[in-house]
This record gives sequence, structure tokens and C-alpha cells, in this order.
Amino acid sequence: MKILVAVKRVIDFNVKVRVKADQSGIETANVKMSMNPFDEIAVEEALRLKEAGKAAEVVAVTIGPAASVETLRTAMAMGADRGIHVLAEGDVEPLAVAKLLKGVVDKESPDIVFLGKQAIDNDCNQTGQMLAALADWPQATFASKVELMAGENGGAVAVTREIDGGLDTVKITLPAIITTDLRLNEPRYASLPNIMKAKKKPVDQMSPEDLAVDVTPRLTTLKVEEPPTRAAGIKVADVGELLDKLRNEAKVI
Amino acid sequence: MSVLVLVEHDNTEIKAATLHTLDAAAKLGGDVVLLVAGENCGDVADAAAKINGVAKVLHADDAAYAHHLAENMSWLMKGMADGYTHILAPATTFGKNILPRLAALLDVAQISDIIAVESPDTFKRPIYAGNAIATVQSKDGVKVITVRGTAFPAVAAQGGSASVEKIESAGNYDKSSFVGQELSKSDRPELTSAKIVISGGRGMQSGENFHLLETVADKLNAAVGASRAAVDAGFVPNDFQVGQTGKIVAPDLYIAVGISGAIQHLAGIKDSKVIVAINKDEEAPIFQVADYGLVADLFDVLPEMAEKL
Ligand SMILES: Cc1cc2nc3c(=O)[nH]c(=O)nc-3n(C[C@H](O)[C@H](O)[C@H](O)COP(=O)(O)OP(=O)(O)OC[C@H]3O[C@@H](n4cnc5c(N)ncnc54)[C@H](O)[C@@H]3O)c2cc1C
Ligand SMILES: Nc1ncnc2c1ncn2[C@@H]1O[C@H](COP(=O)(O)O)[C@@H](O)[C@H]1O
Repeated sequence: MKILVAVKRVIDFNVKVRVKADQSGIETANVKMSMNPFDEIAVEEALRLKEAGKAAEVVAVTIGPAASVETLRTAMAMGADRGIHVLAEGDVEPLAVAKLLKGVVDKESPDIVFLGKQAIDNDCNQTGQMLAALADWPQATFASKVELMAGENGGAVAVTREIDGGLDTVKITLPAIITTDLRLNEPRYASLPNIMKAKKKPVDQMSPEDLAVDVTPRLTTLKVEEPPTRAAGIKVADVGELLDKLRNEAKVI
Repeated sequence: MSVLVLVEHDNTEIKAATLHTLDAAAKLGGDVVLLVAGENCGDVADAAAKINGVAKVLHADDAAYAHHLAENMSWLMKGMADGYTHILAPATTFGKNILPRLAALLDVAQISDIIAVESPDTFKRPIYAGNAIATVQSKDGVKVITVRGTAFPAVAAQGGSASVEKIESAGNYDKSSFVGQELSKSDRPELTSAKIVISGGRGMQSGENFHLLETVADKLNAAVGASRAAVDAGFVPNDFQVGQTGKIVAPDLYIAVGISGAIQHLAGIKDSKVIVAINKDEEAPIFQVADYGLVADLFDVLPEMAEKL
């Protein structure tokens, strides 16, 4: 079995982003970048399947500018066998990402593609579902548990999903798309020796043209603004004062 | 202009998020048509027809839709998408699962989690955990959109008298099937629609201790939420998580107990009218957004609150 994992380079989750003064976007100069946290969970899940002897190869794929190779190196330092880099500048929207991933899927024929449920920069939560539609594969989003089912025709997987009301479980046949949620696993850190080893692992580079995908955005961002800020309020001395304020000043209880 | 809204329901009841989505639909202008797809959900279709401002209800009843599998739902919607300028669903796990799949089938972008309708083709949506608000314009022929419920008021569930029209099933996709579900049961109000929410974080130390919070919640008729840390630690189930990647809430009163106030948590609570923080660390970032902060040990505060309420 071969597993493909989509990993995106994003501003690190600890960074408090700043809007550019001209409202054209977010300040990205000298900002720490990392792998999207949900994608680390996706890589980890793929590696666990490999370590359990169920998958033979884990391939990481990223779409983005030249620096995105760093994210592939991180995935390979965690344990992915090789990387695919689709070189694309500027904002590539989820639909275009899904089309590029579909192109990679056609070349690689994986049995499972893991993606994060959401990229923490655009907060779109779309790409996995879109890829599933384009490939005409079944999908399991927001996974908190993934169990391969042996003996099924061509293979199947039972996926427990985090939904608003609790959990649900679907069974989908392979090949399939799975998007990861926070409770699926705890991703490992790459060790120094593995970081060194990852530098020698192969990365295939290709372009959207190679995959015959038009990545022209469908949406135009007219402006990006700071949200209204909440002013800090006051400190109260004790429970009595708190309840008094809530009753008589804020009038919310 | 004609707007199709996907109704979220459990084959018995319409979920509140749909009513909020309908306010966004109304702001687009034009006829609003509802799609109720499920199994034995005639009551839901009838209830949908009574919602204020609805022109028509389309009702697809088939076992294929019983659990709203994205494969079946998106295929049904693709077949009927012609003629609509907009297709909307709530930005809940229900809508987020189905709508992007539909958008790709239609070869259009999806606009996720909108918080404002500027014009029929221009919308505002939060990005970077709500630390920036983007205004985006769509060039697509049909705009596929998920709507953040807390950003729009609910329309009235009564007052309409739309017709209900049965539509054919588009069939079952055999590569995906529903196995089972484990839904959290609670007599408390729902997190996303409660007037008061009280959430616990890592500071609660255990699931046991959440009963201290629940006692207060019961006195206030509040919903109970949690930070990611509290969910990850297993204190409470996943559906309690409030934040960027959990639920967005905007109650009149939000009480954060033993929560530090990470960006990802604040993303889910920023639109609350009044925020209270109870934390023993006076440097905790939550105090920067709290209207009322109490620097104290939660194990002293919660019992005292329960007593005084
Ligand atoms: C991809 C990603 C997505 C995320 N999504 C979310 C999300 O949706 N929602 C979310 O909440 N987080 C999310 N997080 C996690 C977030 O970054 C924080 O780690 C998390 O919110 C911290 O939870 P906490 O405040 O409960 O814990 P901590 O940060 O550990 O804070 C605990 C607080 O409790 C206080 N405390 C301890 N004991 C007491 C006591 N006895 N009395 C009073 N106060 C006490 C401490 O002073 C401290 O401030 C996400 C992170 C990532 C990377
Ligand atoms: N540029 C990209 N390169 C690789 N993977 C991506 C990219 N954009 C999105 N993805 C994948 O799709 C998931 C969901 O992203 P999104 O739909 O943008 O929220 C991410 O967690 C990644 O797994």
C-alpha cells in the first residue's frame, strides 16, 4: 500500500499575525513558518501505518513556492520516504490545490491520501473534500481514529470522525481520502539524525503546467483588515463583586 | 437571483444553524429554496416550509441520505444546482463535509465560513484564526458558501407557508457507508446557541472536576465548553472544544475557567458580548480580552459561585 500525504507550509501557529498596512494581506516577512499542524498529524498517521507493516511507502506532497521544500524535508525527517514539490507562487486556492493533488494522485496511484482537515492560514477546510470529488473517491473528514479492515475487497477503512454532536464512524473502500482532526494522534518530533537523513531523500519537482492544471484564482481578495479589537476590561476582587457586575453592570445574568 | 440552502437536520428536527444560514440567504436577495434530504424526514420538510421567507422546499427522501454522507448529498445537489446563483449551508461539520465536495463537482471555489454579505458576489470571512478579516469577491457562476452561524441572527422558524415538492433520489454511492455514531447527550443548551457558556481548560485538572463547572452551568442555564487542552487530556468529549478548529460561540456571557487564552481559543469566543476570565495567573493572555477578570484559584471560585447564584 502506498500513502500520499499533503503538507502545507504556513505561518507557525504560535505567531500572532499582522495585517499589512495597505490591507493587501498578511505580513509574512521574517515570520516563522512551519508545517500546518493538522498535516503533521496526517504524516504521523501515515508513518504509523507504515511502521505497522500495512503501508510500504509514504510520499509527502506540497504545493507552494521554493521554500515549501522545507516542509517536505520536515515530513521526510519525520519518516516520509520521498517528496513531491509542485512549484507554484502566490495564493493557490483549495480548488486548484485539489486539482494539482488529483494530478499527483493519477501519477502515483496511492491507496490513501491523508490531508489535514484545515490549513490554519486560510481556515478553508475544503481541499480533502474537493480532491475526493475530483478523484471520485470516498471521503472521511475530521478523523480521530483510522482502522484498516483486512479481508475486504480491495481494502477498506473504518474512520471515526469528530462531528459537532459527538463522533460518527463511516466505512469507506480504498482508495480513499482521509482528513485528520486533532485527536487522531500526537505527531512525533524529528530527531537530529533523521533530519540529516532527510536531506538525502529524493524530491521530485513539477509545475502546474506539467500537471495541466490552471491555478488562476477564482476569488479576488479585495482587502484584508484587522478584526475589531476587544479592549481589556477590569479586574474584580472576588466572586461577590464579579456577580454584582454581571447582574447590575453588564446585565447578563 | 435564486438561493438554495441545504437544511441541517437529524431526520426529526431542523438544527438551529440552518436558521442563521437563512439570514445570510435573505441578505443576498432573491428566492430562497430549501433542500431537505434525509430518510423519513417528512416532518422536517413540513417544518422547513413554515420558516419565514422560504419560497419552496425540495424534499428528497431516501435511505441514501439517512446519515448525510457527503458522497450522496453532493451528488444529489450537483444534479439540481442548475439555475441557482448561490448554494449555502451552515459552517458546521455537516456543511463543511458536504459543500466543498459539491463545489469541486461544480468546478467552483467555495467561500468558507462567511461572517458578512457585502453584495451578492462579495463576502467577508475570517482567516488566521480570526486575526484578519478578508473581503473576497467571487467570479464563479454559482457561489458555494458556508455560513458562520454566530455572525447572523436566526430567522423566525414560523410564519412561512412554502410548498413542499418531492424530488428523486440521485442514488447511493457504494464506496462509503455509515457504521454508527456516538452522540453526546446533554440536557443543557447547545454550545453554539446558548446565551451563557462556561468553559473549562487544562486548569480544571480532571474530568471529575468538571462537575464544579456543571453545577454553576446549571444555575445559569449555561452550556459547557472546553479548551483543546481539556479535550486532548480527555476531561470532556471532542464536541466541547471551542476555538479556531472547534466550535465558534458568541453568547451574551462567556466564562473561561482555567483557560490561558491562546490565539486558537480566542478565535472561538471573540464575538461574545461579555467575557469573564477566572485564572490564577494574572499574566494569562485571556485577561487581555476579558471584560471582567478574577485572579483566583478556580477550586475556590467555582463552589462559591455555585453557592451565591
Ligand atoms: C492546529 C491547532 C488548533 C488548535 N485549536 C484549538 C481550538 O480550537 N481551541 C482551543 O481551545 N485550543 C486550540 N488549540 C490549542 C491552543 O493553542 C492551546 O494549547 C490551548 O487552547 C490551551 O488550553 P488551556 O488554556 O486550557 O491550557 P493552558 O494554556 O495550559 O492554560 C491553563 C490555564 O489554567 C490556569 N490554571 C491552572 N490551574 C488553575 C487554578 N487552580 N485556578 C485557576 N486557574 C488555573 C493556568 O494559569 C493557565 O493559564 C489549537 C492548537 C493548534 C496547534
Ligand atoms: N498548498 C498546499 N500544499 C499541500 N497541501 C495542501 C495545500 N493546501 C492545502 N493542503 C492540504 O489540504 C488541507 C486542508 O487545507 P484547506 O482546505 O486549505 O483548509 C491541508 O491541511 C493540507 O493537507
